[in-house]
Amino acid sequence: MSDDLDDLKAMMRAATPKPDADRKAADIALARKNFADLQEARDGARQTSDRPKAGLVRGVTDMLMRMNTRGALTATTALVALGMVVVVPDWRNAPALRGAQPVVTEADDSLADAGVRREAPVPEAAEEMVLDVAPSEPAPEAEAPQPVPMPSPQVARPESGVAKQRQIAPQAMQSQALSDAEGYAGGVANTAPVGRIEQPGSNDAMALPEMESEAFPDAVPNALKITSEEPVSTFSIDVDTASYGVVRSSLRAGYLPPREAVRIEEMVNYFPYDYAAPEGNAPFQPKVSVTDTPWNPDTKLVHIAIQGETPPVEDRPPLNLVFLIDTSGSMQAANKLPLLKQSLALMLPQLTERDSVAIVTYAGSAGQALAPTPATERETIQGALDRLEAGGSTAGQAGLQQAYALAGEMSGDGEVSRVILATDGDFNVGISDPEALKDYIAEQRESGTYLSVMGFGRGNLDDATMQALAQNGNGQAAYIDTLSEAQKVMVDQVSGALYPIADDVKIQVEFNPAAVVEYRLIGYETRALRREDFNNDRVDAGEIGAGHQVTALYEITPMGSPAQMSDPLRYGEAEVARGDTGELGYFKLRYKAPGEDESRLIEQAIVEGGETGPEARFAAAIAGFGQLLRGETYLGDWGYADAIALANGAKVGDPFGYRAEAVQLMRLAESLSR
Amino acid sequence: MTVSDETLARAAADGDAAAFSTLIERHYDAVFRLAFRLTGARAEAEDLTQDVCAGLPAKLSGFRGASKFTTWLWRVVVNAAHDRRRRAATRAKYAEGWGDWEVDRRAAEAEVAEAVDWLTQAMRALPEELRDTLALVLDDMSHAEAGEVLGISGGTVGWRVSEAKKHLRAMRAREEDA
Repeated sequence: MSDDLDDLKAMMRAATPKPDADRKAADIALARKNFADLQEARDGARQTSDRPKAGLVRGVTDMLMRMNTRGALTATTALVALGMVVVVPDWRNAPALRGAQPVVTEADDSLADAGVRREAPVPEAAEEMVLDVAPSEPAPEAEAPQPVPMPSPQVARPESGVAKQRQIAPQAMQSQALSDAEGYAGGVANTAPVGRIEQPGSNDAMALPEMESEAFPDAVPNALKITSEEPVSTFSIDVDTASYGVVRSSLRAGYLPPREAVRIEEMVNYFPYDYAAPEGNAPFQPKVSVTDTPWNPDTKLVHIAIQGETPPVEDRPPLNLVFLIDTSGSMQAANKLPLLKQSLALMLPQLTERDSVAIVTYAGSAGQALAPTPATERETIQGALDRLEAGGSTAGQAGLQQAYALAGEMSGDGEVSRVILATDGDFNVGISDPEALKDYIAEQRESGTYLSVMGFGRGNLDDATMQALAQNGNGQAAYIDTLSEAQKVMVDQVSGALYPIADDVKIQVEFNPAAVVEYRLIGYETRALRREDFNNDRVDAGEIGAGHQVTALYEITPMGSPAQMSDPLRYGEAEVARGDTGELGYFKLRYKAPGEDESRLIEQAIVEGGETGPEARFAAAIAGFGQLLRGETYLGDWGYADAIALANGAKVGDPFGYRAEAVQLMRLAESLSR
Repeated sequence: MTVSDETLARAAADGDAAAFSTLIERHYDAVFRLAFRLTGARAEAEDLTQDVCAGLPAKLSGFRGASKFTTWLWRVVVNAAHDRRRRAATRAKYAEGWGDWEVDRRAAEAEVAEAVDWLTQAMRALPEELRDTLALVLDDMSHAEAGEVLGISGGTVGWRVSEAKKHLRAMRAREEDA
């Protein structure tokens, strides 16, 4: 026998019989019958008024009833594993976890009944399963159709009782402590390691995470504020774009994104806008205009647009870039490490001979893959990139420390050092305390090394950690799902994202109670700051890179508008209409020039009118789209069709097709939401 | 233009009976072919195919469209094959000590199996995971795709295929020596 695969294939083809026609007909008939039975059972079950998202009692009952399913097993083992991480921080480095050859472990019955087998210790088995289509419900025995109602896939994803339980449990344990310690008032702190527990591989009882193990910060949407009670609104700017990428990849895959994955400000800020370039010495120029609200004729939209200056390339300081690349086994998928390599190759031509590049990888143990090299030695860099291979588990912290150390060595006077972390989110091995990691990054930020985070792939993307890391490292978090997105992030914005022109940019708006009764900041939930933090230069906030644009939107209800939600107080003090009503509010912005400790202030009054061009309309359309995806209640009857019409009317100047793509996504969301 | 598998599968998961019929008719033969390669015997392949058909309606709601429908379907088939093997193993364990009657019956079964050609027999002698991998790869599937079905990396698939080939060669050598 030849061992040539083609010969084997030919032999196999010859040996394979044709299916028997009668059996085929019988089987298909059986399948149809089971399908029909299932629909009946499903429809019958819908007669009850219980929606899938029922109350606590129902949820607990469901959980108890499904206690023998893999999801519950995962929940319990996840909790146990979480405990283990705390007690034995270094347990993942146990050498037993890295066998040279794959060894098949026999799954126990409960695992196998759920339709998934796994292999140890090849860690990607876990991620692949999660990423793809391991049946999300415990698979029924093949002979009998499942008599219980099956929620449709869209519903099942976020709501499926057990999985929900699994997510909530560890979060509840952590978020309390974290949010107290966190400077941001919002939900940034929710970095609970949900589902990020590495499989030790030797333990059969530990089930794979069956549902997606993605973690998103869970922030409550900004509530409507009554101006007379709380006239001041403070937040940090945000130039992240990761949320839009996640939304896009969800919609493209055919389901609506989880509500908490939608961060409106990141969606709005994803798009380039044609804002006027700053004049004079300031590194950027805020423009505040007041326009009509598309979804409510009785309110107004305050549109705050910030355009960062774009200094000529020759003038920018030399960049020291340390790429910290996750080469763990889970990065092997085509949309991860290979895409990352392509993305970096796209970026190299943008750098000059004054810039240098180094590569640190982390998988199992951290290692330097490329010593600091001038960016013009492209072949050396390309060669190092080509040698990267995925394999092993993730030792994030060691890698991060090495990357920072390298960046420290490379940095010279007047140069900008940045660590660019590229990961699929499994950033957990060796970290016993996520808080400690964030502290570490914050410390490095003080030393002048920035951190950007690029997310790849879906399935175990830990959006919450990515965001928190980038925010603490004064960096940008972006999510890369296609080569064109890599182009946008790495090339179009390379100079911007890599070269900061202003640090700790904070915005504070004080509304005039005589002119504005109510207001609402759209998005920026995870970026809220306390009022007193605005003038406290020690409180960290977002940075703006060269050429960045930042947009923030407030929906305001003018005095006397029928859109007012709150009734005036009967027993409260009579409203003091101080000052004239010509000013709607007062806009203040603080920033630090890079390397400075003292902040500078820019301020201006907010008055009616101003520019109401297509740029503002498009930003409003995206903000509306984001609110629709989040299911927020302020939009009334305004729906996807209106968002599409508005965005379509504002597609001017779209050389890269970003806006056209957004309209496509709106259409997808419209049909998926029906 | 034909409707894609993924679209049909989603429609079927939402209760569209026509979509489901189209889907199962489109893939029945391929399911049977894979089942045969996984089991190496016609009767077993037919039973396995029946299992898959019977269970598919309920499983379909787990299809989320994150990968190709066929990849998902092959995984369902592979898992069903594992289930059958496990049940058979359990039966075999309890059958121990049933006496000569059972031993005789098994011998008779073994003779029937001889009728199947050398390759399928040899494949049946392979360790399970090598057999599954080889069955998928012989189905004209790329290593990456087979890896997706089995939940392992493409590299591991390559390693297994070469292992399987080594096994087959060794078996061949033993037979020729004998």
